[in-house]
Amino acid sequence: MGKTIETAGVLAQRALGGNIYDLTLRAPKIAASARAGQFVSLYCSDSSRLLPRPISLCGIDRESGSIRLVYRVTGEHTGTEEFSRLAEGDSVRIMGPLGNGFAVQPGKKALLIGGGIGVPPMLQLAKDIRAGAVQGLAGLEPAELPDFQMVMGYRDRQTFLLDEFLEQGECLVATEDGSVGTKGNVLDAIREHALTADVIYVCGPTPMLRALKSYAAEHGMDCYISMEERMACGIGACLACVCRTVGKDAHSNVNNRRICKDGPVFDAREVEL
Amino acid sequence: MNTSVSLCGVTLKNPVMTASGTFGSGAEYGEYVDLNKLGAVVTKGVAAVPWEGNPTPRVAEVYGGMLNAVGLQNPGIDLFCERDIPFLRQYDTKIIVNVCGHSTEEYLAVVERLAEEPIDMMEINISCPNVKEGGIAFGTDPRAVEAITAEVKKYAKQPVIMKLSPNVTDIAEIARAAEAGGADALSLINTITGMKIDIDRRKFVLANKTGGMSGPAIHPIAVRMVYQAAQAVHIPIIGMGGIMNAADAIEMILAGASAISIGTANFVDPLTTEKVIAGIEAYMQKYRVEDIAELVGALE
Repeated sequence: MGKTIETAGVLAQRALGGNIYDLTLRAPKIAASARAGQFVSLYCSDSSRLLPRPISLCGIDRESGSIRLVYRVTGEHTGTEEFSRLAEGDSVRIMGPLGNGFAVQPGKKALLIGGGIGVPPMLQLAKDIRAGAVQGLAGLEPAELPDFQMVMGYRDRQTFLLDEFLEQGECLVATEDGSVGTKGNVLDAIREHALTADVIYVCGPTPMLRALKSYAAEHGMDCYISMEERMACGIGACLACVCRTVGKDAHSNVNNRRICKDGPVFDAREVEL
Repeated sequence: MNTSVSLCGVTLKNPVMTASGTFGSGAEYGEYVDLNKLGAVVTKGVAAVPWEGNPTPRVAEVYGGMLNAVGLQNPGIDLFCERDIPFLRQYDTKIIVNVCGHSTEEYLAVVERLAEEPIDMMEINISCPNVKEGGIAFGTDPRAVEAITAEVKKYAKQPVIMKLSPNVTDIAEIARAAEAGGADALSLINTITGMKIDIDRRKFVLANKTGGMSGPAIHPIAVRMVYQAAQAVHIPIIGMGGIMNAADAIEMILAGASAISIGTANFVDPLTTEKVIAGIEAYMQKYRVEDIAELVGALE
């Protein structure tokens, strides 16, 4: 599967405001095989913090062998706070690429939706759909690549990455405080603009995933959701990060699946939220 | 230099095993570690029927350790025998199957089912803190420990390791009870019960409220308990609890463990088991130890 552990050199890091950081790492082995929607696990250098931190891939530069992580610092004395202090020339131990990325359905008009710290992985997905470089679209001519629109939800005017989404196509915004775009959540923006599509790809907080799952079901759309849960091993061994599934899973033999190994992207119809 | 260990008549190429529940049945870590190098793989606990486990969150990090309350999710003994045992048989390592249950009957159903399977030993989990019935309820009462050990021994065809809980007042008393029941070996320690609170939300971090603590912060407790158990019984002991590196492993062996298991450290570095094996060999060379058996309980 090309999973590897490597010591990645920090190429750049900058603060995007609002506790959001943008970290670029040199990780050629991971970059070579990574796909949009996968994640990496970062290890802390403080040995009192044992568990690797799963962070989604915001960018994959296969040519230069680098990856980009946009993440939120979750508080004082946390692993993410430690990562936020990394600067060019430092290094960090990482494992990846982990999980399965998004598989895109050819010929289906798509909505790419991100909310909060679920926004970053949608950027690489948008780029890869346009380049035909994502699972499901291999070998298609540019004209055959699916159309998509994007909707990103933020708390306030701290609309990180929005300028880069706009470079990829039409991108609507919803903010909780109404400072940019539609006041409310991503569904409010979808309704306000009467967006239609055949399939939704989404990453965000659980209430948002739940809302989009039911919206997709009501409108007869397919919906693929990227889920998050507290993890320990990150590779499918410890069974910490499971989600409830509608049917019995072949591996677990019960009604749950491993987010790290079987996900993090699932068909919304398969999981209970 | 001889690193092989004889445990209840089973010869392991080295004393390094995996701690139950941290390593699945080896398939996932097998992408990082050469399973052929391990003394044994101890599987995640398996029950008579599939168990769904607890709601999430199931894990929380704490200073120098972690809490887990997975709740012994497992696919049940039938699928386990069909899939996991044949997987492990492909490798040149010993197979130790961890067994869990809610009642004596449930443990015995698994033990009987395993009798004809090509496994090397079984480890009976009477110490899980995260299930309501069974588990730790058996492991904290010496009479219950002796009774269930004796029952398991009636049906088991392979050597029986009883896995003990540290959540007791006197570990020596529990160790003696397991020995009296006929245990072939002991393994300790399982996790120590703990709890974590999210002060912003004023809520339990774990869905199960409490969980079992593991990791380097519990290592000194484990060393002390392995030492006390080793003083109390004549059967071999498999030591575990917060072993992060070869030094921690050697400490456990000097305290009286004939073999050791790596658990939480797998999450910190998937290659820990291999590194510990190499580190034990380096220690033996440095101190000119010919046979690892010389180190077991070799406190001066």
